[in-house]
Amino acid sequence: MTRGWRKLLPLLALLLGAADVRPTQDYLSPEIRAAQEDPSRHPGWLWVEEGEALWGRGEPSCAACHGNIAGMAGVAARYPLVATDGALLDLEGRIERCRTQHQGESAFGRESEPLLALAAAIALQSRGMPVAVATDGPAAAFLEEGRHFYETRQGQLNLSCGQCHDNNAGRRLRGDVISNGLGTGYPAYRLEWNTMGSLHRRLRACSLGVRAEQFPLGSREYLTLELFLASRANGLPVEAPGLRR
Amino acid sequence: MTTLSRRAVLAVPLAAAAVPGSAAEDFAAATSAILAGRIPAEEGITLEIPPLSENGNSVDLSVRVNSPMTAENHITAIHILAEKNPIPLVATFSLTPRAGRAEVATRIRLATSQTIVAIAETSQGAVHRAAREVIVVLGACVETG
Amino acid sequence: MQPVPITARITLPPSAQRGEVVTVRVLVRHPMERAVDAPGLTPVPRKILHTLRVTYSGEEVFRMALSPGIAANPYLEFTTIATDTGDLVFTWEEDGGTIYRREARLVVT
Repeated sequence: MTRGWRKLLPLLALLLGAADVRPTQDYLSPEIRAAQEDPSRHPGWLWVEEGEALWGRGEPSCAACHGNIAGMAGVAARYPLVATDGALLDLEGRIERCRTQHQGESAFGRESEPLLALAAAIALQSRGMPVAVATDGPAAAFLEEGRHFYETRQGQLNLSCGQCHDNNAGRRLRGDVISNGLGTGYPAYRLEWNTMGSLHRRLRACSLGVRAEQFPLGSREYLTLELFLASRANGLPVEAPGLRR
Repeated sequence: MTTLSRRAVLAVPLAAAAVPGSAAEDFAAATSAILAGRIPAEEGITLEIPPLSENGNSVDLSVRVNSPMTAENHITAIHILAEKNPIPLVATFSLTPRAGRAEVATRIRLATSQTIVAIAETSQGAVHRAAREVIVVLGACVETG
Repeated sequence: MQPVPITARITLPPSAQRGEVVTVRVLVRHPMERAVDAPGLTPVPRKILHTLRVTYSGEEVFRMALSPGIAANPYLEFTTIATDTGDLVFTWEEDGGTIYRREARLVVT
């Protein structure tokens, strides 16, 4: 490829636009993709098992209000969403609210094992279903905030999210294949982490990757970005609990 | 390849502190302890491991040994060795004829690109050996920067 | 020491015929903590599951010695001949002596 042609690539990607956003599973190696689909070989199912057990615990338990966890089908696909009080909540934030407001317990805490386990078990019920986040009404302002974050150059490397995840998706960056940067597989078991982790934990590594400020888990910056990422994924399948390298 | 060498430097103090002596000496010692003077047959055993691994934290590996798995003639042990790991003897599987087949799989950690060796011992005292080269690729945008 | 439960997923076929060789897959929740003892790093003692024993209707059919070179949340696959309906009992021994135990029933027709 000539130098001049290479320079045109970002423009080309821009013209193609969101039509080119593909599910993350399309970017996985055949081995990881196969393991993601196989509960007997996907370590994330250890968290699912714990989350399903937690579903039946507490006073009242999750099950006491919501019934069988299978009834959560489709729920994770609608997060993040704006709650009735106007707050933007991701799935973890919703679970924490249930816990503090309806179960009278203290919050599990971001990235805690029980919160990841419950989020994984609940998200699994939506696996394969199309992402369907609301982008209008009260979500619109949050969405624009997330879009702005995504499109703004950041950090010492002065890169926006899209410069990797749109313009260079499918190409290699060190040992990785760059995906379209969707959050559909989270919470995910990352081999790098040796454990289950949240999308926000992954976003902190993205921020560090471009040498930009890392925001706290559950921060407004990452919540609005998560909503924008989910809007890009609207119609694509939920992959959680994902398996990532 | 500057990124690779930076990671390698990070990995060295951990590896060096974990065991006395070099991995190469330990690997040779662990191998000869298993072989006990026997010459391994470089056949009848299949070691499957991706030639290029996406992550050294978790590398899929399987071993299959041709054996009738009868009381008289079966595989008693399958050893996995990683030449450049701080502890080269990664795992030993002990089998009986009740396994039916001499087939095992697991996931291992690899400190760096290196040779992986599988050695199987039979109930009749024979040994089989298979070796594969593995390249470990490092990821981008990881939590350690 | 009394065995304690551990989160594990043991995958067996729903049923097997007598004499059939069945594949057993095991995932167990454990960080397989490697020893860290280097300048500038907080020392961490080694804490891994170092042994797995599997009995089938009381008789040992498989054993594995694990090192810190086994990935976190260890995965394992092995085979066993279906003899009669009975429990496969998995016991893991951790550094420090804790014994973990899980069971899975193999139905033989």
